[in-house]
Amino acid sequence: MKVLVLISNVPDTTTKIRFTEDNTAFDSSGVQWIINPWDELALTRAVELKEAGAIEKVSVANVGGKITEPTLRKALAIGADDAFRVDAEPLDAFFVAGQLTEVAKDYDIVLAGIEASDYNGSAVGGMLAELLDFNSVSAVSGLNIEGGELVINREIDGGSQVLSCAAPVVLIVQKGIAKEPRIPAMRGIMMARKKPLNVIPAMDGSNKIKFVNYEMPPPKAACKLVDEDNAKELIAMLHEEAKVL
Amino acid sequence: MNFELTEEQIMIQQAARDYAQRELIQDVLERDEKCIFPERHVKNLSELGFMGMMVDPEYDGAGMDTVSYVLAMEELSKVDASTSVIVSVNNSLVCYGLQKFGSEEQKQKYLKPLARGDYLGAFLLSEPEAGSDATSQRTTAEEMDDHYLLNGTKNWITNAASAQIYLVVAQTHPEKKHRGINAFIVERDSPGISLGPHEDKMGMRSSDTHSVMFTDVKVPKENRIGEDGFGFKFAMQALEAGRIGIAAQALGLASGALERSVAYAKERKAFGTEIVNHQAIAFKLADMDLKVENARNLCLKAAWLKDNGKSFRKESAYAKLYCADIAMEVTTEAVQIHGGYGYVKEYHVERLMREAKLTQIYEGTSEIQKIVISRKLLED
Amino acid sequence: MSVLVYTENWDGKFKKLSFELVSYASAIAKELGTNVTALSIGNVDDDELTKLGGFGATKILNVADDRFTSLDNKALSKAVANAAQAEGAKVVILAHNNLGKALAPRLAVKLDAGLVSGVTALPSGFDPFIVQKKTFTGKAFANAQIDADVKVLTFSQNSYKLAETDNNATIESFDAGVSDADFSTRVKETNKVTGTVLLTDAEIVVSGGRGMKGSENWGGLEELAELLGAGLACSRPVSDEGWRGHSEHVGQTGKIIAPNLYFAFGISGAIQHLGGVSSSKVIVAINKDPEAPIFESADYGIVGDVFKVLPQFIEGVKEL
Repeated sequence: MKVLVLISNVPDTTTKIRFTEDNTAFDSSGVQWIINPWDELALTRAVELKEAGAIEKVSVANVGGKITEPTLRKALAIGADDAFRVDAEPLDAFFVAGQLTEVAKDYDIVLAGIEASDYNGSAVGGMLAELLDFNSVSAVSGLNIEGGELVINREIDGGSQVLSCAAPVVLIVQKGIAKEPRIPAMRGIMMARKKPLNVIPAMDGSNKIKFVNYEMPPPKAACKLVDEDNAKELIAMLHEEAKVL
Repeated sequence: MNFELTEEQIMIQQAARDYAQRELIQDVLERDEKCIFPERHVKNLSELGFMGMMVDPEYDGAGMDTVSYVLAMEELSKVDASTSVIVSVNNSLVCYGLQKFGSEEQKQKYLKPLARGDYLGAFLLSEPEAGSDATSQRTTAEEMDDHYLLNGTKNWITNAASAQIYLVVAQTHPEKKHRGINAFIVERDSPGISLGPHEDKMGMRSSDTHSVMFTDVKVPKENRIGEDGFGFKFAMQALEAGRIGIAAQALGLASGALERSVAYAKERKAFGTEIVNHQAIAFKLADMDLKVENARNLCLKAAWLKDNGKSFRKESAYAKLYCADIAMEVTTEAVQIHGGYGYVKEYHVERLMREAKLTQIYEGTSEIQKIVISRKLLED
Repeated sequence: MSVLVYTENWDGKFKKLSFELVSYASAIAKELGTNVTALSIGNVDDDELTKLGGFGATKILNVADDRFTSLDNKALSKAVANAAQAEGAKVVILAHNNLGKALAPRLAVKLDAGLVSGVTALPSGFDPFIVQKKTFTGKAFANAQIDADVKVLTFSQNSYKLAETDNNATIESFDAGVSDADFSTRVKETNKVTGTVLLTDAEIVVSGGRGMKGSENWGGLEELAELLGAGLACSRPVSDEGWRGHSEHVGQTGKIIAPNLYFAFGISGAIQHLGGVSSSKVIVAINKDPEAPIFESADYGIVGDVFKVLPQFIEGVKEL
């Protein structure tokens, strides 16, 4: 079985978010890029499964310019066997999913993080599944392969399920799929240079949505403090003033 | 001139940072308090390749450069210098010395497991009456038919109880003074080796330090490193490389204390505003930041010289002297910025301060570094 | 033309979330000059279905089909797409929860639609269609323009007020047009959290941190939660210590919630914790440390002892 992990190149989660002067684009100057945290967990699980002999090959793929290559090389250092970069600026989730179809179609399992920490779209994995007519399971928090069968844990609203699903399948994964993202060993970092990073020309494609502009959340008003001995007063304020009780 | 790190160097820096911030931090306070050796971490760091970073892959090392090593040492030391000194001794004293001067058989037999982290190494030079003055070795290595016989005592030995492999410096021909000194690979379980009690140290409490006594310890002749009488040169060259590791450790103590101070000063309020808005604090932080930047540049330059096969004797002494001194200054200021919180263990900076003190003392005191620098300066 | 809402039920009962979705859809339909059709899949009786009308749905498509309990993405998204096409829906609205997030992307491709997920407000414009969503994990908002003819939105719950009307809806049985072959997953085991208010669904959440000092002190929090019909939550140190189960852990690495009201008892408010609760409409913090960062994010606060405050809160709520 072969696994493809979709990788999103996102700003480090501690980045202070800024936009260009007219607020129409994200200001990426000085930003440190990382593998989207959920994708990193997905990759970690894929590498674990390969080490356990449950799958044969782990590949990674993304859609982006040359600036995203360090992120792919880190994925190779963590343990992916090869990488694919579709050479296009990602316009929206639909565009990205479309660009990935050619790479993804030959894989048995495609893993995608539940969302990317930049545009929080939660869409590429599901769209790719639909475009390729693959099965899909979302909110996956565990994956095992037992005798060729995919055993999947997933969160549902108000509980969890264990299910099996035939390949080919897109699994949209979340916290729990792996314990912690794997730290690349130096052997892996050295080998990453020698592993193939294939650049694929973009296909024709279009986007369905665009981000017109951005806004920062309004600053929060100061906290209203109530004295410890008059705590009941606060309940009254929640009732009468905030109207949330 | 190029100040940019390569992609691999950044990845190693991040890997060390991730490991330190995620794993070392978890039990560092408890290990410090109870003097617990970081066995689990040494194993994990071995698997990640940190124990033989600069050893050629041919001998199971990671084949990284000294710049990467400095970056990794800084990140590990920001959180836990007790663990980073174990990494430093194994890498820049033991593995470096063996890779550079060991015979092919010695490399196959000892360097490989040391680089993989299967074995841990210790470097035995200091004696009760010969610290920085390495020429006055009292430990003797008497030449017999097919072996040497070791007798004497070594002091302040990092990894003494945990190491499987000792590199021991001893006097074979006292009449030749330092030209009579030899260095040997000694297996820790050889008969006749005994340890003194665990030293109850001020800092670096999670690394194990003992004195080591040798009583008629037989060392096979093939375990001598280099020609007869090469020991002093061996020790000096190893120490020269070792200084970069300790300098990077001191740098990490300082930059770790700075990071904590910045975070604290942005959160802590006094007189109605975050203390970072008080110039007294902001200027302190600016001074600390400048010192850390200078220290980092000195470390990286020494590393770069070493990587490019140039002489780095003076520069590694600069780095060791300056980094250790500013580590002491910066960690002390960090405690001051934290006020009362800085004086309790939970906030880490008092520990960084205790650990910084040792960087001015071991692997050549600050005063010794000035001897190295002045001699080199005056001979030119 | 219509606005289609995919509603979710819980053992045959609608969640508040579904009423919120229908309210939100009604406001959009009004702007577009059209009606709301609600789609219900599962075993829901007519009395319950009628309730959707009370929030503005004029037509209810009822798919009573047990097969869908497996929540198979492929089959369910096909069913919703068929309903959308049958109704000529221009806007399809789902919840921004596990199920909605799973179905919406497939649905958008089937309908050749533009998808915006995690919307928090009514569209700011209809021509072009512009709607706001959270980006950078809540650090900013983006205004997204959908150029496609059909729009699919996943809606973040507790972002829109329920709007009851006296409208009556017609209920129609709907054939989802899904065959057995469309079901690709086989459920082996389902574990439902029962008995308590669902944390992610709760309007009010009562949460305890390390300041509660131990699991034996949770009685007061439980009593307050019960009085308020609130969900119980905790901070990471609490679940790490084993004082409470991991299912109650809210924060960046735990559950991310957005209730109307969040009570933080003895929680200092580390940035990781705030990441999971900062979308709450009103945050109330009780902490003995006036410097605790939680007060920066809180709307109301008491600097003091949680064990003195809790009984007063309980008394105050009883008096409401």
